[in-house]
Amino acid sequence: MSADRLLSLFHTMARIRAFENAAEEASSGGVAAFGSTLGAAKVRGPLHLSTGQEAVPVGVCANLAAGDAITSTHRGHGHTIAKGASLEPMMCELFGRATGFNGGKGGSMHIADFSVGMLGANGVVAAGIPIAVGAAHAYRITGSKAVIACFFGDGAINRGPFLEGLNWAKIHVLPVLFVCEDNRYSAMTSTDAMTAGPGALARAESLGIAGLACDGNDVEAVHDAAAELLGRIRRGEGPQFLHAITYRVKGHVSVDPAAYRDRCELARALEQDPLALARERFSAHGIAAAELDRIVAQAEAEVAQALRAAAAAPFPDGEAAYTDIQDTGAGQWQ
Amino acid sequence: MTYAQAGRAALAQAMRADQRVVALGEDVGRGGIFGQYQGLADEFGPARVIDAPISEATIMGAAVGMALAGLKPVVEMRVADFALCAMDELVNQAAKARYMFGGQARVPLVARLPIGIWSGAAAQHGQSFEAWFAHVPGLVVVAPATPQDNFTLLQASLACGDPVVYMEHKELWGLQGEVQAAQPAPLGRARIAREGKDVTLVTWSRALHVALACAQDAAAAGISVEVIDLRTIWPWDREAVLQSAAKTRRLLVVHEAVRAAGFGAEIAATVAEELGIPVRRLGGPRIPVGYSRPLEDEARVSMETIQQALRG
Ligand SMILES: Cc1ncc(C[n+]2csc(CCOP(=O)(O)OP(=O)(O)O)c2C)c(N)n1
Ligand SMILES: [Mg+2]
Repeated sequence: MSADRLLSLFHTMARIRAFENAAEEASSGGVAAFGSTLGAAKVRGPLHLSTGQEAVPVGVCANLAAGDAITSTHRGHGHTIAKGASLEPMMCELFGRATGFNGGKGGSMHIADFSVGMLGANGVVAAGIPIAVGAAHAYRITGSKAVIACFFGDGAINRGPFLEGLNWAKIHVLPVLFVCEDNRYSAMTSTDAMTAGPGALARAESLGIAGLACDGNDVEAVHDAAAELLGRIRRGEGPQFLHAITYRVKGHVSVDPAAYRDRCELARALEQDPLALARERFSAHGIAAAELDRIVAQAEAEVAQALRAAAAAPFPDGEAAYTDIQDTGAGQWQ
Repeated sequence: MTYAQAGRAALAQAMRADQRVVALGEDVGRGGIFGQYQGLADEFGPARVIDAPISEATIMGAAVGMALAGLKPVVEMRVADFALCAMDELVNQAAKARYMFGGQARVPLVARLPIGIWSGAAAQHGQSFEAWFAHVPGLVVVAPATPQDNFTLLQASLACGDPVVYMEHKELWGLQGEVQAAQPAPLGRARIAREGKDVTLVTWSRALHVALACAQDAAAAGISVEVIDLRTIWPWDREAVLQSAAKTRRLLVVHEAVRAAGFGAEIAATVAEELGIPVRRLGGPRIPVGYSRPLEDEARVSMETIQQALRG
């Protein structure tokens, strides 16, 4: 991979990391769960951080064009940023401001930027799978050349829509890249203990969907695997599957201390930090550490600017609660 | 103890007393995200506190099978919104088995579906569906408002013998209150939470606490409000409501769920039919729950709205 390409991937990862760190800080006391009590947080509600999982969306989305799309999960900030959404309206949405992508209606769990093909985070596990399949089916029907990447967690493969969605995509030969972001956990539960058989990729293969497994913390590995699979999809070979193995560094939500997991396991995982791994790669390209520090500082400055904008932005008026619900059937929608 | 601890204590007591009681759901082995299963896995082991994959349809469906095979499962759905992934299992299977099979079988399961707007959790984690389930023959629907009732009604639900949709409120988990283990509360029996003579206010779940505060204010303004905590949505305590309404000659129903086609309509219509007195009902506007505070606040029934309705 060229140094420029690698630097650009690194920049996006740094942006996600800085965004997650800022969101985490702004969310303490934002929701009462896991024994935490409610405070006056700027970011309210359950906040699912993708810290430590940055390489997966960055590696995948680098292979998508502006006209391609993604569906996301409850842990969707990384996907949104990687698909090209701007940080300011994202942070505004987390702050519940009128200037957020969803006008303050959705928050973190429903963040979306349709202008860049990010078709929405989702509060319901695995709900994005049939939606991605349907979008791909629409591309087929309308003759669009677009493809869609469908992100979901390792826990989602135990829900029915996983089987149903993959089956549908295969029988209709649809342009979907299924991306299982395997961070080893389903909320407080180790996914392994709840999952039969040899795993996500084997399940896809049992339906005749081919795929690859990769180190989800190695952005180059993710990038190359996604490039190969998306190439097949674009050549009309139908749905493909990417199993990216990573680790959920934070708790399930930002207020979850994750006391149920082994400390050594976390320490080992931290050694595999995707940003640190990317840095190691740079020495081979002769890129100075100072250059990388400059990129990190720039990402942090972008997030700081987003934070300032969000803090200064207005809240929506109460009346906004009554808009964009539905029309009355007057038949005027085009 | 807290509302969450009361539910936990009731379940623990039932599990000690009856080997047939088991619990199943996501994360129950680690106490559940709200701590309402804390310590149960240690005491009863993983064979009776059963961890589940994210498979709501199979969690509910398997509970139906367990019930048909002689167990009394407590089904954890995390929030009522996710139970929508298990609607067939609950509505077509659990609720219908006894009748459809001509009384050969019963489905004594308790499905815990926490309802209610929950601090910034937005449109897919804050819905109040009690009216949906009240509409389904075969289901009992319970919505406790206090730690005492969360203790007693969970026990009563386990003794019910038919499927119970048990709806705790997510903003009540931390509510403190005294719990007496020996205070029975049968299903289908309302509680007069405050006596009064000018107007009957029927409510349940978290809205009870808002209603009680409004009744207090109204008393200062010279209006005496009788507050009834319905507690069981189906079967609802017609007798208690009609008796109170016959005395006060005015009825107000308040619930957090959307007002349109809400359960308040059933109560108001019944009272109007039976007594021909003025009735009113308050509920949320028919809007999804928004994330941002001003939008979320719009989805709630405000104290001012209730106070205004009480004044007439
Ligand atoms: C249908 C459904 N069931 C349960 C939940 C609660 N829940 C939210 S995230 C989560 C864990 C999801 O695990 P995974 O799919 O691996 O994604 P991760 O959180 O690890 O990114 C659970 C159980 C939900 N949102 N939707
Ligand atoms: Mg996971």
